[in-house]
Amino acid sequence: MASDTKSKKVLEDFGNKIVDQIKKGKNPQIEMSLRNLSNIVYDTKDKILKLGNKMSSREFFNVAHSKKFLQTVEVASVIKNELLSSGKHSSLRDVFYMVKRTIPGTNVNLVDDQTESDKAIEDLEVITDFSREQLHVAANKMGSVAGKVIIEDKGDTIDWSRMGSGGWSIPSITDELIFKKVNAKYVLYMEKAAVFERLNEDKFWEKNDCIIISSQGQTTRGIRRLLQRLYEEYKLPIYVLTDNDVYGFYIYSVIKYGSIALAHASERLTIPGVKFIGITGDDVLKYDLKKHYIKLDEKDYSRIKQVSEYAWFKDNKDWQRQFKLMKDAGAKVEIQSLTSKGISFISESYLPEKIKKKEFLE
Amino acid sequence: MLMSKDSEVKEVIKAEELALKQREISVSEFFTKNRHLLGFDSPAKAILMAVKEAVDNSLDATEDMRVLPDLIVEIKQLSENKFKIIIEDNGPGIVKEQIPKVFAKLLYGSKFHRLKGSRGQQGIGISAAVLYAQLTTGKPVVITSKTSPKQKAHHYWLHINTVKNEPEIVKEESFEWNKDHGTKVELELEGKYQKGKQSVDEFLKQVAIVNPHAKIIYINPLNEKIEYPRATNELPVEAQEIKPHPYGIELGILIKMLKSSESRTVSSFLQNDFSRISSTTAKEICDKANLDVKLKPEELDLAQSENLYKSMQNTKIIAPPTNCISPIGEELLVKGLKKEINADFYTAVSRSPVVYKGRPFLLEVGIAYGGDSDKEGQVRLMRFANRVPLLYQQGACAITESVQGINWRPYGLQQSTGSLPYGPLVLVVHMASVWVPFTSESKDAIAHYEDIIKEVKLALQECGRRLGIFIRKNVKAKEQKEKIDLFVKYIPELSGALSKLTGEKENMLTEELTKILHKNMKDLLSSVENKELKEEIKQDMVEQQEEMKENKFSKKDKEEKKTKQTKLLKKV
Repeated sequence: MASDTKSKKVLEDFGNKIVDQIKKGKNPQIEMSLRNLSNIVYDTKDKILKLGNKMSSREFFNVAHSKKFLQTVEVASVIKNELLSSGKHSSLRDVFYMVKRTIPGTNVNLVDDQTESDKAIEDLEVITDFSREQLHVAANKMGSVAGKVIIEDKGDTIDWSRMGSGGWSIPSITDELIFKKVNAKYVLYMEKAAVFERLNEDKFWEKNDCIIISSQGQTTRGIRRLLQRLYEEYKLPIYVLTDNDVYGFYIYSVIKYGSIALAHASERLTIPGVKFIGITGDDVLKYDLKKHYIKLDEKDYSRIKQVSEYAWFKDNKDWQRQFKLMKDAGAKVEIQSLTSKGISFISESYLPEKIKKKEFLE
Repeated sequence: MLMSKDSEVKEVIKAEELALKQREISVSEFFTKNRHLLGFDSPAKAILMAVKEAVDNSLDATEDMRVLPDLIVEIKQLSENKFKIIIEDNGPGIVKEQIPKVFAKLLYGSKFHRLKGSRGQQGIGISAAVLYAQLTTGKPVVITSKTSPKQKAHHYWLHINTVKNEPEIVKEESFEWNKDHGTKVELELEGKYQKGKQSVDEFLKQVAIVNPHAKIIYINPLNEKIEYPRATNELPVEAQEIKPHPYGIELGILIKMLKSSESRTVSSFLQNDFSRISSTTAKEICDKANLDVKLKPEELDLAQSENLYKSMQNTKIIAPPTNCISPIGEELLVKGLKKEINADFYTAVSRSPVVYKGRPFLLEVGIAYGGDSDKEGQVRLMRFANRVPLLYQQGACAITESVQGINWRPYGLQQSTGSLPYGPLVLVVHMASVWVPFTSESKDAIAHYEDIIKEVKLALQECGRRLGIFIRKNVKAKEQKEKIDLFVKYIPELSGALSKLTGEKENMLTEELTKILHKNMKDLLSSVENKELKEEIKQDMVEQQEEMKENKFSKKDKEEKKTKQTKLLKKV
């Protein structure tokens, strides 16, 4: 609860700053770090994406800013009064409905769709330097975990090794989980839920003393935070398993360096030590997966070009080789293509071999 | 064999019978049977045509005399389908001897042979109306004319002898007319009076737009008196008569001109009877045609005439002078629009004259946007040829094709490709020329010549660009106004949210924010260029503030209800 009091305090401070300006007869302004591409920098020392020094200011009496100004204040007020004061959490969607209404005497909605309230929340993160989770607003939960780990979540003790075939469903806020016992040598994070189910059924985590985690597609903030905590608090290596395509590579990139949309939260979310286990272009050749090639389309090619030119990939020879292999093949390959070698080939041969030989990309 | 002989015999008889029946048909008789060719094809159109011909003549006559036209047009309903039309002008009047021929002989006129931009051209118009009146009611036309204050007025009752195409004087007299000079025509004819796009009312309104120097008083059959005031005392620039240009004639006309020329040599014929031919050019033409310059014009045979014609077309001759046409002019076109159409934005473009096949012409476009015009429907297109409104056959006209052929969307109007644009716009397109190529004798639509369409489009596009700028500015200003209105509505919202966030008093915040808004209003409005809109915005803001004060109490009630509701919800 102490942290809630702090969260309340930062929001009140934010409000008081505006009130002070109004009392002085000034056109009220909100100042914050500019959050667009022009102000996103790659910090070569920390190896993460960060916000630069550019500031943006939002004025209430400015036709272009007025509504956003109002949205930000309204969302702050709702979070303070409806969530922090009562100790409750809600989803981004809930916040949208708490704020949504028509402004009297107009046909204007305070927020027209959820992206607007989401943006206001991100603004508050930047303004207060408090994470959305600290403000009691959660992302969607989408992901599972299994392994020989026991945790405590809101007073319940949970054993990740006894969660059946689906694994434990990872909550959207993982900051407050308490680790009771962690028995693992590494963490394997995979892009695909289907692969997770395969490994879970094969009891891969039990046989190999590890934790397996999956989400669907992009990694949620809850999972990124969970991975970071395991990495920092238990010094566990993190291995990422994705399809052999540019979107898979980008998933790895986001976990390692951060993303453009959440550059302001990079420090809380990125894991500089994360390693890419596969599927690499070399795996495709070595395991004879060529017959499962899926042809690249124009979008793939342009995305390859974009991603390969990112500052952190640009001078990385190993990665440039991977991009080249993919372009030369003109094709991509899914993780599941390994199944053609036998249903449990991935858990019995592929992964143990790669980990044993330390075949990782960084 | 036998049969063929029979038929031969029969044919001979037939030809002889026919020879007996064959005789000359007079123009009058021809038009009696083909009245649609002159535009008298429906009762409603007949009234319009009669008024149109008389008004055309009156305006041409007053301009020739260089007096400002004062016209009185009156239509009286005599019975269900019988009407009396009276048109009176202050023109020069008509010499007594000529009155019968002008009004009661077809193809008699002063304008047919001259090359000068004027309304009427063929000398058919008014006598066709007289003929139609005679055919439908049997009543003679009544003409009153006075040529000078010293003379008495002449009064004629006339019929047309349709067989001979000659006037018949039913009755004549002279009398004192309380007027210096002028002409009055009274016709009784069968017809139908209607309002709308193709009515006399619309015709006169359009006449008033493109003739801002004319004053017209109109009394319609409903006894409504409509006055179209004069907007300028400036008479249109007088069109100069010009001789034909070599590029603008046909072989037949050249032969006719050769035969009737008073010149003694081909060289002087070319120099005297055409415009823009010098002695050098005349020699060049003759040389090319292998003709001696000293030949007598009337002695040229057909082959020589044809050579001369070809040579004339192939010799470089400077374009004809363009002072033979009389444009309305941008300023007067705007004045004309302003007095007849209530709109927010007016502009006009008058193109420079262009020569097509030796005939000069020029295009003018005027537009009136916004105001009373229908915001949803298609634009109102008004077509004119030599200041005469064209009310029929819009779809067949080159002007319409030009309007449809332009993409109006960049200029801020809506349009489905290839059709007239939509929006509150009146579009006036005027073609002035010594020779307007109509699609038919009823003179309703201009023929599709590429050179004409090109000129119309250029004029339309220039007006379109100006319109686009106006629409964009205006729309921007309106959007600005709406946004500023929103500040007023946002203030209580911000105060509410801030009050809940910080515990400050809501009323105090609203008052302070309102003060800041007023202080900053100047800057906020600086981007609004329209003065009237600025005033409107300020007025609106004052009203809204007052409204808000009145609502304070009721708003408090609402707030209380709202908090109660949330409390209840929380309990649940």
